[in-house]
Amino acid sequence: MSTDSHSAKGHEHHFAHHFRSAEHEYQTSKEGIWLFMATEILMFGGLFVGYSIFHNIYPEMFAEGAKYLDWKMGFLNTLVLIFSSLTMALGIFFLQKNQPKRAAVSLAVTILCGAIFMVVKYFEYTHKFHLGILPGRFLDVTKVGAHHANLGMYFGFYYCMTGLHGIHVLLGMGLISWLLFRTLRGDFNSNYYTAVEGVGIFWHIVDLIWIFLFPLLYLVG
Amino acid sequence: MAGNHVDSQGHHITPFVVYLKVAAALFALTFLTVIAHHFSQQLGAFAAPVAFLIATIKAILVMLWFMHLKYESVVNRVIFGAGFFFLAILLAFSGLDIWTRVVVFSTL
Repeated sequence: MSTDSHSAKGHEHHFAHHFRSAEHEYQTSKEGIWLFMATEILMFGGLFVGYSIFHNIYPEMFAEGAKYLDWKMGFLNTLVLIFSSLTMALGIFFLQKNQPKRAAVSLAVTILCGAIFMVVKYFEYTHKFHLGILPGRFLDVTKVGAHHANLGMYFGFYYCMTGLHGIHVLLGMGLISWLLFRTLRGDFNSNYYTAVEGVGIFWHIVDLIWIFLFPLLYLVG
Repeated sequence: MAGNHVDSQGHHITPFVVYLKVAAALFALTFLTVIAHHFSQQLGAFAAPVAFLIATIKAILVMLWFMHLKYESVVNRVIFGAGFFFLAILLAFSGLDIWTRVVVFSTL
């Protein structure tokens, strides 16, 4: 299976019969992905709007909540996700250049970065559980020594936003694993990489959301 | 110009070095966010706007180059932009609702 020897010319992509051409199929697929991305913006957006309203109502309580987060962890995870976005983009670049082996390495590094992100997140979560920092009414106010009785609200936002984001990272890792398998099988080349482009856009939006979550939760609070 | 920056289907290929530059800018801006955070006392009320301004610049870099929005069709840009448009409406009307409420005390 020397996939690198595949030339694009020998691999005309057979598009589905309800499309006029491979290009038509590619553009239609991308339009679907962008529609999906608009719904992603709205889903996370609702949480962001809720956060901004309650942050304005209880600024001191949110400031206290942010003190329980270690910005170094969030900072590390930001760097990891940005690097994974780069390798994801390079995965597409190498397929466009008909270099599937390099593309496979890029995708594998992307999955690894996702795994590092989740491991860091796991340590953050378990450490908080240990201290009794849980969302909403489950937060142990006396054990935590909270100055604000409604501190659980901040952590309600924290767990909902980072949790939903974490689910996206896990889903993205699964999808990129599927891409890696298909890349190694030789499914993709410069004539056909639609799935990689689509999952790539999804992975970048996961990075995009974290870019806002990091200052929002860890720094500004 | 074409040839090297276009694949076999005529899709735009962003040059390798552009990806590296965008990633370098994103890393630099992340460090800038943390540096600004350490001066949050001096920045005072500007600390949060500065953090979000940097985040917005990072988001624009990711959208334009990593998500290839720079070379995307107008339809797809409008679709994605519609998400942000309706999010702005949600924020505006939710904010108006909360901040224009009049506290009424019952005399009963």
